[in-house]
Amino acid sequence: MKPIEVAKGIYQVGAVDWNIRDFHGYSTYRGTTYNCYLIMDEKITLIDTVKKEFADEMLDNISQIVDPKRIDYVISNHTEMDHSGGLPRLMHKIGEDKPLFCSRMGQKNLSCHFEEKWNYRVVENGGELSLGKRNLVFLETRMLHWPDSMFTYIKEDKLLFSSDAFGQHYAGPEKFDDEIGEAIIPHALKYFANILLLYAPLILKLVDKVTEMGLVFNAICPDHGIIWRQDPNKIIKAYVEWSNQKPKRKAVVLYDTMWGSTGKMAEAIAAALREEGVDARPMHLRSCHRSDIMTEIIDAGAVIVGSPTINNGIFPTVGDFLTYMKGLKPQNKIGAAFCSYGWSGEAMEIINRELEGMKFELIDPGVKVQFVPHKEALEACYQFGRKIGQRLAVLEA
Amino acid sequence: MERYVCSVCGYTYDPVQGDPEGGVKPGTRFQDLPDDWRCPVCGAAKDLFEKE
Ligand SMILES: [Fe+2]
Ligand SMILES: [Fe+2]
Ligand SMILES: [Zn+2]
Repeated sequence: MKPIEVAKGIYQVGAVDWNIRDFHGYSTYRGTTYNCYLIMDEKITLIDTVKKEFADEMLDNISQIVDPKRIDYVISNHTEMDHSGGLPRLMHKIGEDKPLFCSRMGQKNLSCHFEEKWNYRVVENGGELSLGKRNLVFLETRMLHWPDSMFTYIKEDKLLFSSDAFGQHYAGPEKFDDEIGEAIIPHALKYFANILLLYAPLILKLVDKVTEMGLVFNAICPDHGIIWRQDPNKIIKAYVEWSNQKPKRKAVVLYDTMWGSTGKMAEAIAAALREEGVDARPMHLRSCHRSDIMTEIIDAGAVIVGSPTINNGIFPTVGDFLTYMKGLKPQNKIGAAFCSYGWSGEAMEIINRELEGMKFELIDPGVKVQFVPHKEALEACYQFGRKIGQRLAVLEA
Repeated sequence: MERYVCSVCGYTYDPVQGDPEGGVKPGTRFQDLPDDWRCPVCGAAKDLFEKE
């Protein structure tokens, strides 16, 4: 990669991971990037690094601007390995005694990751650091999305280095929002849905705080994907909207099926929902990736879950998805279950219990069909779908 | 009644408010929280809290 100039004397020197398709269980069809930022000032400073395997690529990129040995300061905004993995190689190259700035939790977590006794300098929320011409401010953003997470802001250039926040898993020829346009938004949404959703209340608080502080951004530079420079406020506004999780007239009917019965029920339910004017789609759990389903769920008002009963329980992929969704804590959802079964039929109760635990509004006990849904059972699915559709219309109004 | 702060994420447990979402009534002292109570923001255990 060639260094990308973000502002005068400030470069993105990270790496592109074109071929990664599974990012700890999140499907990355377009790969990703690990962004890190070099600031050329009296104190030459690097913000974050890259995944371990890309450390040499990062050093090559830095070398195109300056001999890496001349780096004075390193800042770690986030300790997760896609951003800290390059630290051992970097520190070895530039000198193990160079100051490494991070939050208090950052020091704790880096020490758990790496045995090296680096020259940690813990920064406080609102703490400042002069690089010469420029002054940095650190903003702790605990749990966005790890306890160590923080932002670094350059006062003079009005640049925000936001770590994972506002990022997207996207590798492409475009490096800035103005080069890609609206096409980046689905990637940003998917990132939000799968990484940040559970901290939506904290995001709303943070945006309030930043507004109160009167911070202005010429650009927001995340650690993944493109840089927001044309309209940085656009992604902030989108985060507020996504965090609010206002239910739309949209339903995700997710299911798995063994002999097609639960599948038939899903189709009937989704068709009824569409007749009620709801944007409803059946999503089969072995055809759609869990991270794509989660993305669809963000603005959906209803999540309808279908499973056959297998060995007195739910289908494994349904269990996988419910576990995943529970951790991400979506809010303001209607939930309901539908099941086919042979003789015992425990799946429906299990799903209902899970959805209740996630504080979904259960508006119907669900539809249960023995073996194969025929006319009558399909009619029941139909009524079930219509009922949910009507409730969604009320919620949207 | 004393407030306690989560050393992981910074959440403050305020006994006046309790933690209704977690089934803890307003007016519950930190000491009286059940042993398996966890930070409502990050999930940290009770022993990771410090007095404010
Ligand atoms: Fe991360
Ligand atoms: Fe990351
Ligand atoms: Zn906590």
